[in-house]
Amino acid sequence: MSRIQSTFARLTNEHRKALIPFITAGDPAPALTVPLMHALVEAGADVIELGVPFSDPMADGPVIQRSSERALKHGVGLAQVLGFAAEFRQTNAATPVVLMGYANPVERMGLDRFAQDAQAAGVDGVLVVDYPPEESAELHASMRGVGIDVIYLLSPTSSAARIERVCQAAQGYIYYVSLKGVTGAGHLDTADVETAIARIKARTSLPVGVGFGIRDGDTARRIAAFADAVVIGSRIIQEMEAHPGQEVSRVRALAADIRKAMDA
Amino acid sequence: MQLNDLPTLPDERGHFGPYGGIFVAETLQAALEDLKREYFKAKADPAFQAEFHRELKHYVGRPSPIYHARRLSDELGGAQVYLKREDLNHTGAHKVNNTVGQALLARRMGKPRVIAETGAGQHGVATATVAARYGLECVVYMGSEDVKRQAQNVYRMKLLGATVVPVDSGSKTLKDALNEAMRDWVTNVETTFYIIGTVAGPHPYPMMVRDFNSVVGKECLTQMPELAGRQPDAVLACVGGGSNAMGIFYDYIPVQGVRLIGVEAGGEGVATGRHAASLTAGTPGVLHGNRTYLIQDANGQILDTHSVSAGLDYPGVGPEHAWLKDSGRAEYVAINDDEALAAFHRLCRTEGIIPALESSHAVAHAIKMAPTMAKDRILLVNLSGRGDKDMATVAERGNIAL
Repeated sequence: MSRIQSTFARLTNEHRKALIPFITAGDPAPALTVPLMHALVEAGADVIELGVPFSDPMADGPVIQRSSERALKHGVGLAQVLGFAAEFRQTNAATPVVLMGYANPVERMGLDRFAQDAQAAGVDGVLVVDYPPEESAELHASMRGVGIDVIYLLSPTSSAARIERVCQAAQGYIYYVSLKGVTGAGHLDTADVETAIARIKARTSLPVGVGFGIRDGDTARRIAAFADAVVIGSRIIQEMEAHPGQEVSRVRALAADIRKAMDA
Repeated sequence: MQLNDLPTLPDERGHFGPYGGIFVAETLQAALEDLKREYFKAKADPAFQAEFHRELKHYVGRPSPIYHARRLSDELGGAQVYLKREDLNHTGAHKVNNTVGQALLARRMGKPRVIAETGAGQHGVATATVAARYGLECVVYMGSEDVKRQAQNVYRMKLLGATVVPVDSGSKTLKDALNEAMRDWVTNVETTFYIIGTVAGPHPYPMMVRDFNSVVGKECLTQMPELAGRQPDAVLACVGGGSNAMGIFYDYIPVQGVRLIGVEAGGEGVATGRHAASLTAGTPGVLHGNRTYLIQDANGQILDTHSVSAGLDYPGVGPEHAWLKDSGRAEYVAINDDEALAAFHRLCRTEGIIPALESSHAVAHAIKMAPTMAKDRILLVNLSGRGDKDMATVAERGNIAL
């Protein structure tokens, strides 16, 4: 059983939902990435999504874009991100790490080398935002050999046919993008999200997480009532931007608050 | 794959060999499926095609003439240089062929709002123009660096009723404007049609933009025999994203004996690293929804590009060009800033035509080639735009204060 599977199995037994925070590797500084990952786990995170910085993050809003730009200024690329994952794995053998990013850095490294290095670093899943199922046969082939899950997005605009196709291809969990638009956008209608999650769950036995637009414990709690996981990204990055020098402690406190609300 | 098969590309999923495709997040898939379906319907609809060609004739001023640049040819002492005069179109460049087509499609799809990205501002102006013509709301994204450099075009767009949004992210240039336009589209997809200005982006854009611009090459196929008694030995066009080049190349792909030569921006010289020559010096990767040649670093980050011509200042290139390069059907070369500027001045003085700095790259390569060829050989250059917009840049380069 993979780390992602056993994490969701444990949570099901405990009648709890997964908290999946997102941070961009290397932001605000490379030295803080691994401490942030550990702090998130201590605060109750179940899976860590680690963003791979990219110069042109087309699907992200201004917050994650800024975060990517800061990481790039520190020269953080895919090789360094794999280094952070490996360092985290030295003292944490249980928490799944999912790399989230764009196709170009992965293609530049080469899919097979990426697969081998990601496995060696203890990575559990990859979510390549601009690799839809139609364009990811090669990614699947590379990842199959090393037992890393290929995770996909679904969105409010996904047709029934696309939901079916993504559910066929998906591994690990499915990430439902709860808003039209980019990361960190607008206001969330939880009733709409609940309907969509039901539609997806009718077609897959994989856990379904919800992200985009979750900004506080209350929303997280309402989402956790019907979803298997809650993903929080932009809100965490904003917390760091607002409190330079106290990033690790502020992020730990924020994640703990959300965890508490989800478990209440 | 036979060369004769090339015009049938892309395949159903938008691939030109290994290039092209639909590399976008799930959030955009539905919009692209819609667009593809509606575009294929419109393409097959005689009423849509008739309206498109009526607009090209009466609003744009097509067909554009081909002009034999006799004085320039005599000076060069070799091949005869002919110019396809896209600079004479309404708005001053080939860009309007595509924006008319996409705006008609937007109207057909019931979208009241159009958005566009722009670098130098030419595509922004062409989009603002047709938005005014068809009564559509128009928002143009433009890198904040470009907004500063192209104040006249910003004002032009505003005169035409468009809203210009400066983009402050990344390198604050064309590629960032494209990222931001994509973000707008994904957020406002029900009401909004995204008019991409070049033969790049996710399928069906490279195909659709090529189709709308292919009127250029179609006209040449008829005009060259009328004017010169035969087809040219080579067709030359500048390549940034590559829309004017695809427009003139496309119908020539199956024509044997006609070389297709794309001229990229060599900036300060390809060897200096400060250029925008993706096909000449780049490597394949994925950006802006398609796989193509990119200017990138060892980590797969997209690099800043450099060219005196803002319209060629783009780190990618249309995927069909990538395929034409690999298949050998087209050749790609680079012309440096100073060579393009020299060609700009030379065409001004020998023919009384002020070319766009973009098009000056193609003229510069013709100036290099012609003297090596016999006098009965023919070079057809796509003069994709006029240079009025470039007065400030050219004056500044000559240390002249306007």
